[in-house]
Amino acid sequence: MILFEQFNSEIVVNLIYILAAMLFIFGLKMLGSPETARRGNLVSASGMFLAVVVTLLDQSIIDFSFILIGVCIGSLIGFFAATRVKMTAMPEMVALFNGFGGIASLLVGSSEYLVGFDPNSALLIAIYLTVLIGGVTFSGSLIAWGKLSEIISGKPFLYKGQQIVNALLLGFILLSGLEMIFFQGLFTENQFQILGIICLLAFTLGILFVIPIGGADMPVVIALLNSFSGLAACAAGFVILNNVLIVSGALVGASGLILTNIMCKAMNRSLANVLFSGFGAVTDTATGETADQGEVRPVNTADAYLILEAASSVLIVPGYGMAVAQAQHSVRELGELLEANGAEVKYAIHPVAGRMPGHMNVLLAEANVSYDVLVEPEDVNPIMETVDVCMVIGANDVVNPDAKENEGSPIYGMPIIETDRAKTVFVLKRSMASGFAGIQNPLFFKSNTRMLFGDAKESVSNLVAEFKG
Amino acid sequence: METQLTLLFFVLVLSIFLGFELISKVPSTLHTPLMSGANAISGITLVGALLASGSGFVSQPLSVLLGTAAVTFATINVVGGYLVTNRMLSMFKKKKAE
Repeated sequence: MILFEQFNSEIVVNLIYILAAMLFIFGLKMLGSPETARRGNLVSASGMFLAVVVTLLDQSIIDFSFILIGVCIGSLIGFFAATRVKMTAMPEMVALFNGFGGIASLLVGSSEYLVGFDPNSALLIAIYLTVLIGGVTFSGSLIAWGKLSEIISGKPFLYKGQQIVNALLLGFILLSGLEMIFFQGLFTENQFQILGIICLLAFTLGILFVIPIGGADMPVVIALLNSFSGLAACAAGFVILNNVLIVSGALVGASGLILTNIMCKAMNRSLANVLFSGFGAVTDTATGETADQGEVRPVNTADAYLILEAASSVLIVPGYGMAVAQAQHSVRELGELLEANGAEVKYAIHPVAGRMPGHMNVLLAEANVSYDVLVEPEDVNPIMETVDVCMVIGANDVVNPDAKENEGSPIYGMPIIETDRAKTVFVLKRSMASGFAGIQNPLFFKSNTRMLFGDAKESVSNLVAEFKG
Repeated sequence: METQLTLLFFVLVLSIFLGFELISKVPSTLHTPLMSGANAISGITLVGALLASGSGFVSQPLSVLLGTAAVTFATINVVGGYLVTNRMLSMFKKKKAE
């Protein structure tokens, strides 16, 4: 009878885990449209709640006091982080959370390893992978967080013999894996030693993996580490033989990989190039040769107003510079005034416009810009000739025509928003300094381009004042 | 044991395919909430952490300590991830038709 009850409860628990996994899947599906996305998030959260509650009913849990401590501390930190974080700082927060996911899986794997279960090589492989991926995710994410919040220099960090160091490190990691799984005590005295060594090697790998990558490429790195945090959870699922961990870990892993791929495509670079080339470290040579491009044509606010006033279609192309200048609210106000004036206003957002995938959309949504006027480059490029005025605000490399025209350019081949084909282009810019990638931009010298120099927020506010006055 | 592992592998492969199908339908405008939501989902490792943390300090002190640390980190992800995603998604509004 007791056996029957246990058998029964195990089935119920597993069915509830499957239900939780289904809720995650439905939640992600509902994220397919902004209308259902918020409910989707709640569906996903209820899946998590179910999974946690049914786990707490497990008979192997005999003491709840430590769980309570952990849950309370974690909830408190999570609550404050989520409610206080500025939207401009979302990349930092996601980077940090990637790391937390990694270290949590590492700790679960370590704990399983050290309790002395019946050692079999399949479980040992799972534990090894959990600790390795979790450790790399943790230290790599901390470095990415440091670079994003500018605690560490965002410059690519390259040194001589880098490849030799990396190869040696990978060799040691492989060896330590063999020691843990097969030799079991050939080089080390006990489980603590080998586990400690693997943790240390994983942390080192994470650091050496992210530190050479420049700040401008961090969006790709966060997306990749997002994927890793899922894979770590997935590996932990094989350690504790739990299907819900495997399903959700795989979903997160796939999501991160897709985003990584989108970001790489948006920059026309391979993942290997992003990870290993230290882009931006050598672009000084590229800027030197583009000295003579002609002259720029500045425009003042009053003339810009007259052109905008007559425009029937306006395309705003925001870049991260707009968010730095905190200009998004003024931009939204200007957009509304233009619409009231009878113009059609759209915002063209390049995938790498912000500091993480979709970042610019969130910043504009925060400024109350309706999401249906946010469009992608492939939507607007074919109809660019019909656009009366393009306003480039704080963007640079993503509107650089060199990407199409100049085969010698470092960004040649990168998909851009082809603003140079619009009837008139306003570029709002502080000065003539070059962009993130340190490359000159011929757009500034085209005959249909007018430069509106000054602080983006101030310039837009002045335009707003002209419309109101 | 072997059949269970094989089954779990099967689940893994199917989930990866499903993940690619689902995520490629998420519009680029929602990619940041997708990532913070993924943070929350990767906090599912909390399930394993709870089991370790509750295994009894007297018999398994090390497991409990590691597990409790894991519970803390995973809870930050779950609570913080879902809350911040909700906060972001609540900002996505469509202008009402005039």
